[in-house]
Amino acid sequence: MSDSRIAMEEEHTIEQREGSELETILKVSNLNFYYGDFRALTDIGVDIYRNKITAIIGPSGCGKSTFLRCFNRMNELMGDTRHEGEILLNGKNIYDSDIDPVRLRRNTGMVFQQPNPFPKSIMDNVTYGPRMYGLRNKQQLQDIAVESLKGAAIWDEVKDRLYLSALSLSGGQQQRLCIARAIAVEPEIILMDEPASALDPVATMKIEDLMRTLAENYTIIIVTHNMQQAARVSDYTAFFMMDEHRSGMLVEFGKTDDIFTNPVDKRTEDYITGRFG
Amino acid sequence: MITKRAGNRRERQAEVIKSTVLANVGDNVQKERVRGRIFTGFCIFATFFGIVSLASLLVYVFYDAVGWLDLQFLTSAPSRFAEKAGIYPMLIGSIFVVSLVAVFSLPLGVGAAIYLEEYAKDNVLRRLIEMNISNLAGVPSIVYGLLGLGLFVSVLDMSHGIVIVGAFTLTLRVLPIVIVSSQEAVRAVPDSQRYGSLGLGSTKWQMIRSVVLPEAIPGIMTGMILALANAMGETAPLIMIGAATSIFTAPKGLFSSFSAMPLQIFAWSDFPSEGFRHGVTPAAIVVLIIVLLFMNGIAIYIRQKFSNKKR
Amino acid sequence: MRENAMGGVFFICAVVSIITTIGIVMVLLAEAVDFFRQVSIFQFITGTRWSPTIKPTEFGVLPLVSGTLTFTFTTALIALPTGLLAAIYLSEYANRRIRSIIKPLLEVLAGIPTVVYGYFALVYITPVLRNVFPSIRTFNVLSASIVVAIMIIPTIASISEDSMRAVPRSLREAGFGLGVGKLKVTITIVVPAALSGIVSSFILGISRAIGETMAVTIAGGNLSRIVNPLNPASALLEPVQTMTAAMVEIGMSDITGDSVAYRSLFAVGLTLFFMTLLLNVVSQYIKTRYREKYQ
Repeated sequence: MSDSRIAMEEEHTIEQREGSELETILKVSNLNFYYGDFRALTDIGVDIYRNKITAIIGPSGCGKSTFLRCFNRMNELMGDTRHEGEILLNGKNIYDSDIDPVRLRRNTGMVFQQPNPFPKSIMDNVTYGPRMYGLRNKQQLQDIAVESLKGAAIWDEVKDRLYLSALSLSGGQQQRLCIARAIAVEPEIILMDEPASALDPVATMKIEDLMRTLAENYTIIIVTHNMQQAARVSDYTAFFMMDEHRSGMLVEFGKTDDIFTNPVDKRTEDYITGRFG
Repeated sequence: MITKRAGNRRERQAEVIKSTVLANVGDNVQKERVRGRIFTGFCIFATFFGIVSLASLLVYVFYDAVGWLDLQFLTSAPSRFAEKAGIYPMLIGSIFVVSLVAVFSLPLGVGAAIYLEEYAKDNVLRRLIEMNISNLAGVPSIVYGLLGLGLFVSVLDMSHGIVIVGAFTLTLRVLPIVIVSSQEAVRAVPDSQRYGSLGLGSTKWQMIRSVVLPEAIPGIMTGMILALANAMGETAPLIMIGAATSIFTAPKGLFSSFSAMPLQIFAWSDFPSEGFRHGVTPAAIVVLIIVLLFMNGIAIYIRQKFSNKKR
Repeated sequence: MRENAMGGVFFICAVVSIITTIGIVMVLLAEAVDFFRQVSIFQFITGTRWSPTIKPTEFGVLPLVSGTLTFTFTTALIALPTGLLAAIYLSEYANRRIRSIIKPLLEVLAGIPTVVYGYFALVYITPVLRNVFPSIRTFNVLSASIVVAIMIIPTIASISEDSMRAVPRSLREAGFGLGVGKLKVTITIVVPAALSGIVSSFILGISRAIGETMAVTIAGGNLSRIVNPLNPASALLEPVQTMTAAMVEIGMSDITGDSVAYRSLFAVGLTLFFMTLLLNVVSQYIKTRYREKYQ
């Protein structure tokens, strides 16, 4: 009970802060996605709002990650894929022929389930993106590194060991380093695929706190199998499901409070109350 | 760096508002894409460079051999005259020596593999032996020739260039290969089978004999044949132990002098006349390649046949 | 009882390999020591003329080392980048079906006897090269290097490819997620992460080139000289004699077991043995000690 009250209070604060401005940054319409002959996503339509945290929940294997990876077109790296429908980013369809997926990915950062820092120094990890884009100036790279590590709430822990290997960090620290690496290239959107599921509870909490801070400047979409996490952290929630016939169906989408206290669809209610999945 | 999203929503285009620094760096996506295509081209070229080159060379040599590779060539002795030259004594010599190598290296190689896989504990001695074997695999084959020369010919006082010395020398040369591939074959036998046998009360040797070896034989055979193909092409060690580069009669016994196909090819490569350069020598090369193809074919056949047989 | 006997038999088989190594070392050392009683080590190492059978005889190994290094360097220059690029293609770009066709084809390259390659170099490649380099001699370094490079490319490609395939997919995905193109991801993430295996394969390839005998004997000629590295034309387009070719020359000639020339064979052999042994050990060491961890 108290959880939802806190949630409602937070919601007031959000609305006050933004002056009730809810802006759609991503608009998904009639999205069907296929791996070969297999339809992984069925008829998805949803709006993602700028500077909000949107959680994608649902049972394992129902297409949550596939959906997430549509936003930065990472699915296409797997080979034989096909789609119908569109995804508008700031009004432009990301599947248009004049959109280069590589450029798109410079605008969407991704954090993976298993922390995957490069086997290089912490500094080289954070500055990897800007360096690959062509930035050479050492001072500017350093500045970006400091800003990003601070933005990922890990600066204090690494400031004395920037040139040590990233692999010397703990799992939670590595994940925050990966977040720093992602925000160093100033994306508009951060996609997180179960970012804390491989971490211990303390590290998880740090990540969740970090997400709320990041939402001030980025739009965050997080896939999570942990419902409590979704309830704690997100502003909006999308519930996905699959059945014997179809996979990747969007069952319900709405404000996180509403979903968790007053789900409209029975399937949502069943999932939330733990009756399956 | 991080700009707050204040301001009119209409001001935000499909472009991204980045800090000046990153914005000034510009966009190298297109340039990288072009570079990527060029790079991929180089990679493909590199991949096919060797294959295409060898294919062309093989076409050349087969083309040259046409007309010169006939029954007469296969059944005659070498000669100064291209039309009369033949490869018969070398063909026999090669087959003879390599057969002996098979006879010697099989028990030694499989025995060593069994020791390493079934008997040896994981200790310093075992690691030493395995490291030693892998070093031996990397020793240039000419050094094996020196070993043969110094050990068999000098110390053991055997004659130069006789079949048995050639066989011993080449056995040592291919032994590391046989051991390693036999080890892999033995290792591939699932432990469950071993335990099954031991559980029924068999001794270690019985288990090896009845369970491990039969299972591992296809892999052992494949590795063996590839090692023998290796031996078939060896030249330098045979030169060192004094094998003739050209001989007129096929070896009759273990203590006969002999020559082998690669040695004759080496000798003939010195003959500059057209008949040899673009006739006899290519024919000899083609014979050698065909024999190798045949051996590799058998190895592949065994591998296919027995991997299909596995449940 | 029988059990122990069988175990013992197998043990002896394994020991044969150790005996082989001991045999090699002893044979080489014994004759080399005898050799160095007659020719000083100093002369051997610093002498600039190698003439074991033709008077005035001289046993300076420098020309041979120079020949070996020139040949090996040229071979490596061709084979190492080509092998690596091929490995990159197979690991990062080719699909399973292409790989399953190409890898066996590459193995064929390694299976052709070197004497055959030597012949190819002399008879087919040198004439073609003559169109590009009219001054090329009949016996020259370049042709031999090309064929030996073709022969060792599969080794380099296969070991490097294995190393690259071992790099976890997640590292590449991190790169792609940052909006970096495939070329840069491959070069800045995958290759550095696979470096120990790649370097190890390079060293192995070089070791094979050093020990290579027949191709360079047939196609490289037998003119021992000290190569001038500053003049690539003379270095590559003219004949050389490598250590291995020199050994073949002695082995083919009519010398008796008691002569200095005979023993010089083993002195050179000893040098060769140590060079390749060192390289192989270093290659193994790099592969295991510097094996990258990705976690």
